[in-house]
Amino acid sequence: MTLLRLEDVHAAYDESQVLTGVSLEIAKGELVTLLGRNGAGKTTTLRTIMGLLTPLSGRISYDGRPITGLVPNRIAKLGVGYVPEERGIFPSLTVSENLMFPSWGRGETGWSLERIFHFFPRLHERASHKGSQLSGGEQQMLAIARILRAKMDLLLLDEPTEGLAPLLVETIGTILKEIKGSGLTVLLVEQNTRFACQVAERHNILYGGKIVHTCSNDEFMRDTEIQHKYLGV
Amino acid sequence: MEPVFLFSQFFNGLVLGCIYVLLSLGLTVVFGTLGVVNFAHGALYMLGAYAAYTVATHLQLNFLACLILCPVIVAVIGMVLEKLLISKLYKLPHYYNLLLTFGLMFIIQDAIKIFFGPEGEPFNIPDLLQGAINLGFMYYPKYRLFILIVTAMLSGGLWLFIEKTRLGAIIRAGTDNAEMADALGTNISWTFTLIFGLGAGLSGLAGVLAAPIQNVQPAMGMDILVQTFVVVIIGGMGSIGGSILAGLVIGQILTFSIVFWPPGSTTLIYAFMALVLVTRPRGFFGRVSFFE
Ligand SMILES: Nc1ncnc2c1ncn2[C@@H]1O[C@H](COP(=O)(O)OP(=O)(O)OP(=O)(O)O)[C@@H](O)[C@H]1O
Ligand SMILES: [Mg+2]
Repeated sequence: MTLLRLEDVHAAYDESQVLTGVSLEIAKGELVTLLGRNGAGKTTTLRTIMGLLTPLSGRISYDGRPITGLVPNRIAKLGVGYVPEERGIFPSLTVSENLMFPSWGRGETGWSLERIFHFFPRLHERASHKGSQLSGGEQQMLAIARILRAKMDLLLLDEPTEGLAPLLVETIGTILKEIKGSGLTVLLVEQNTRFACQVAERHNILYGGKIVHTCSNDEFMRDTEIQHKYLGV
Repeated sequence: MEPVFLFSQFFNGLVLGCIYVLLSLGLTVVFGTLGVVNFAHGALYMLGAYAAYTVATHLQLNFLACLILCPVIVAVIGMVLEKLLISKLYKLPHYYNLLLTFGLMFIIQDAIKIFFGPEGEPFNIPDLLQGAINLGFMYYPKYRLFILIVTAMLSGGLWLFIEKTRLGAIIRAGTDNAEMADALGTNISWTFTLIFGLGAGLSGLAGVLAAPIQNVQPAMGMDILVQTFVVVIIGGMGSIGGSILAGLVIGQILTFSIVFWPPGSTTLIYAFMALVLVTRPRGFFGRVSFFE
C-alpha cells in the first residue's frame, strides 16, 4: 500500500526552478533513498513534502489523502517526521525539551524514553544541557530521537550520516534497521552511497529535477554505470 | 550631598527603570520571536493607562482590579491586531511591519484623542498606597515601592514561565527556529499571536502602573517609545535578561543626570547607547544565532 505519493511535482526558489516534475511512490514500511548529486534538489524535495515549500504544480498525497498546500504543522500532525540536513535542534531548549517537543504537538508518544536512551546513552547523560551545548553528532542523535519519541509514521531523513564518525554512522544504521523493524516508513537522502546500500531496499535517483531511475538495492549495486552517470561515483 | 537624598534618587531611578523594564520586555520578546519592530508598543502602553483610567473612574473599580483587568484588555487588543494585520506581513521584509505598526501608533493615539480629548486625565494614587513608608534609613513613597515589588515579581514570574513551562519552551523554540517548530507539529501562528498578546499585556501593565505617577495623556506612549527602544538595543534585541539590566541602568542614568546635569539628561542615554554599541555591537546579551 502506498504511503507517500508525489506526482509531477514542480518547485522553485524565486526564479530558479529546482524540481521539474518529480514523481515518487513509497509503500508503507519501506526504507527507500533519494540519491543525487550536490544541488540536485534532494533537500528541496523533502521540504516540499513537509510543506515548507509550496510546489508550483503537481500533487502530493500521504496515506491516501492530498497534502499539497497544507501548512507544515498539519503535515507533521498526520505523522510525517522531518530531520533536516542542519538537524534543527533548538539551541535554547534543553535536550529533554527538544526530545519532547514534537510529541507535544502530536499528542502521541512512540518510543519510550528508556528505549531512546538505550540507543542514545549520550542523550541521557546530557538531558538537562541546552541544545546549544551539543556536538554535531549529539545533535543528529537528538534530531532522530525526537522524531521516534513522537510516534511518526513516515521519516524524512536528510543526510543523517553527514559529518559523523564511523562508529556513529554504524549506530545510525542500527537505528534505521530498528525503525524499519517497527513498521515505520523512511525516505532517506544520502550522499554516502555505501551506507545507503547497507540500509535501503530501493533507491530513487534525482537528476535534472526529475526522478530518472528507480531500482532495487541489488540492481543498483550491480549497475555501476547508473552510479557513475547520475551520481558521479 | 546627603546620602538619604542620593538613596531616594537611586530608588526613583529604580522605579523609572521598572517601567522601562516592563515596556522593553514586551518589545524585545516580540522582536526576538516574531521579528517585528513594534512601533505601536508605546501606544499599547498608553492604552493600558487609559484603560486603567476608564475602569477606575467610570466603572468605579479599585486599583487591584485595574491591575488585573487592563493588561488583559490590552493583550486581547494586541492579539486581534496581530491576527488581523501584523501576521499578514511576516513573509515580507521587516520594514513592512515597521511601517504598519508605525501607522497603528498614530491611529490608536488619534482614536484616544477623539474619545477622551487631547488634554489628558487625572489619575490618583490608590488610597491604600498613598503616603510614605519608613525603610529604616529613609522614608519612601509606598506606591513607588509597590511598582518595584510588582516588577520584580513579574520579571521572576516571566522568567519561570519562559524557562520552566511547556508553553515557555514552545515560545523559545519559536524564537530559535520558527520553521522547525512548525515542521515538528506546533501551530506556530497561534504561538505568535500569544507572544504578541503577552508583549502587549506587559506594555499595558506598565501603562497601568505608570498612570498614577505620570500624566495620562495621548502622547505618553510616543514619548516613552524612543527610550524603550534604547533600552532594548542596549540590552540586546530579543534578550530578556538584557532588557531587565538595561532598563534599570537607563532608569539610573536618566534620574541622576536630571539631578546632577539637567541639560544633558536627554542626550546622555544616547551617548551611553553609542558607547555600548561600539564595545558590544549586539548590546549586553544580544542573541547570537546558534548556526550563525
Ligand atoms: N533557499 C534557496 N534559495 C534559492 N535557491 C536555493 C535555495 N535552497 C537551495 N537552492 C538551490 O536549489 C538547488 C537544489 O538545492 P537542494 O538543497 O535541494 O540540493 P540538494 O540535492 O539537497 O544538495 P546537497 O546534496 O548539497 O544537500 C541548488 O541549486 C541550490 O542552489
Ligand atoms: Mg541537501
